[in-house]
Amino acid sequence: MAESTYLSGLGSRVSDILDSPRHSAVVRATHWINTLSFFGLLVSGFAILLAHPRFYWGEAGGVGTPSILELQLPFMRGGPSGWGRNLHFLSVWVCLFNGLVYAIFGILTRHFRHNLLPAKADLAWSSIGREVANHLRFKRPGIEASLAYNLLQRLTYVVVVFVVLPLMIWTGFAMSPSIVSVLPGLVTVLGGQQSARTIHFFAADFLVLFLVVHIAMVCLAGFKNRVAAMITGQITAAKDRA
Amino acid sequence: MSDAFSRRKLISTGLAAAAGASGLAVAARLADRYGLIPPDHGGIYGIGQTLTYASQRILIPQHSMAREFNRSEISKVCPINGPPPETETYQRLLAGGFADWRLTIDGLVARPCSFSLTELKGFPSRTQITHQACEEGWSFIAEWTGVPLSYVLNLAGVLPAAKYVFFFPFPEESFPLGKKWGSLDMPDARHPQTLLAYAMNGQELPTPHGAPVRVRVPRQLGFKSLKYLSRITVTDTAKNIGKGWGSSSPEHGFSWYGGI
Repeated sequence: MAESTYLSGLGSRVSDILDSPRHSAVVRATHWINTLSFFGLLVSGFAILLAHPRFYWGEAGGVGTPSILELQLPFMRGGPSGWGRNLHFLSVWVCLFNGLVYAIFGILTRHFRHNLLPAKADLAWSSIGREVANHLRFKRPGIEASLAYNLLQRLTYVVVVFVVLPLMIWTGFAMSPSIVSVLPGLVTVLGGQQSARTIHFFAADFLVLFLVVHIAMVCLAGFKNRVAAMITGQITAAKDRA
Repeated sequence: MSDAFSRRKLISTGLAAAAGASGLAVAARLADRYGLIPPDHGGIYGIGQTLTYASQRILIPQHSMAREFNRSEISKVCPINGPPPETETYQRLLAGGFADWRLTIDGLVARPCSFSLTELKGFPSRTQITHQACEEGWSFIAEWTGVPLSYVLNLAGVLPAAKYVFFFPFPEESFPLGKKWGSLDMPDARHPQTLLAYAMNGQELPTPHGAPVRVRVPRQLGFKSLKYLSRITVTDTAKNIGKGWGSSSPEHGFSWYGGI
């Protein structure tokens, strides 16, 4: 009852908003291409890791030198790192081209400014706290609120898109002997080639954690509607309810 | 009306496809002409190999220098991968301190020749402390001394048609070309840090590190620095050698180019 009154008051506005897609075509296309390349990178990254599941800090490291992390995985030499590297360096080209399209689109259409960067006023601790509390209580957003990213979503996406993904590319470049022959600073500021490899691994772990939370939140918010919104751009259930 | 529309759409789509296809064909011809296509360009993974190799060849200066380190940074542990050749020839040469070993240089050169270890050591040498990373993930820093490959190539007189320099270790019974063989393109073969190394950390090159002479290519991953050299062949194509993929590594599922 209360919901319908609320909606009838906003009737025209809600339906106006619902007529324009929740996600633009470029965001939807790059999202799924990125999904594909991310899985390629993840699977192949794990295959490469299996050749030497141990991490070091500094320039050099190997069996017989002090490590900072030893994963309880077998050393699989030869096979998996071969196809792993091939798939990694195929997927990363898809990821780079796709990311480039997304970045240019995000800047030119102001998608980043309008939809990802949080408003200055929202960055106060009180509003962050309120948003965290809403999440902890699994409070579902109203229709209007669900048409834009909330503060926590914005902050998370900003960190993933503008911090972690560039860090993955940077640490990846820092492991390439030919790239650092031109830009040695890429690897020296990180403390060395093995440090770059270690950061690459932990940043990848962060992205896996993001993926798990991302999928969990999509399920909590309504898997079908959310996935449909990212495929067709439409929020079907919201329309039905309206 | 809708007929005309769909016909127009069909024609424009066809034209776009034709333009796209011929554009790709022209790009492929140009890329091949400027040496931007690696020998292992086939298959789905070949797309990634080609993009990586071509972009690095275009963006990275031909003679950008790999980082060099201080003596204090030399690793105490220098791991190795795989045993030395088990052939009788190699064992005999090893026992004789490689006094009878000779490095042959043939193929597209004006003066095919061969050098003994003593002769190589008499040429101008270069010593460099560089980082070597294995594609598996481990790495070490070591000091290498050797004769720049470009010096030896100049002695042999590389012909203008040359595109690749192939390296072959000692042949073994089941590996007529040697167990691990491979090639470099001319920019890497002529790079000032590409050495025929005969000493490591101030000592004779230890047997498991490739004695008597190995290649050192510090701008690429470790598997490009081939060991136990016996023959160098200059060619204008990678075809007809092994499966034609430029080295034994693609035959084991790895890439030909190791600059990544």
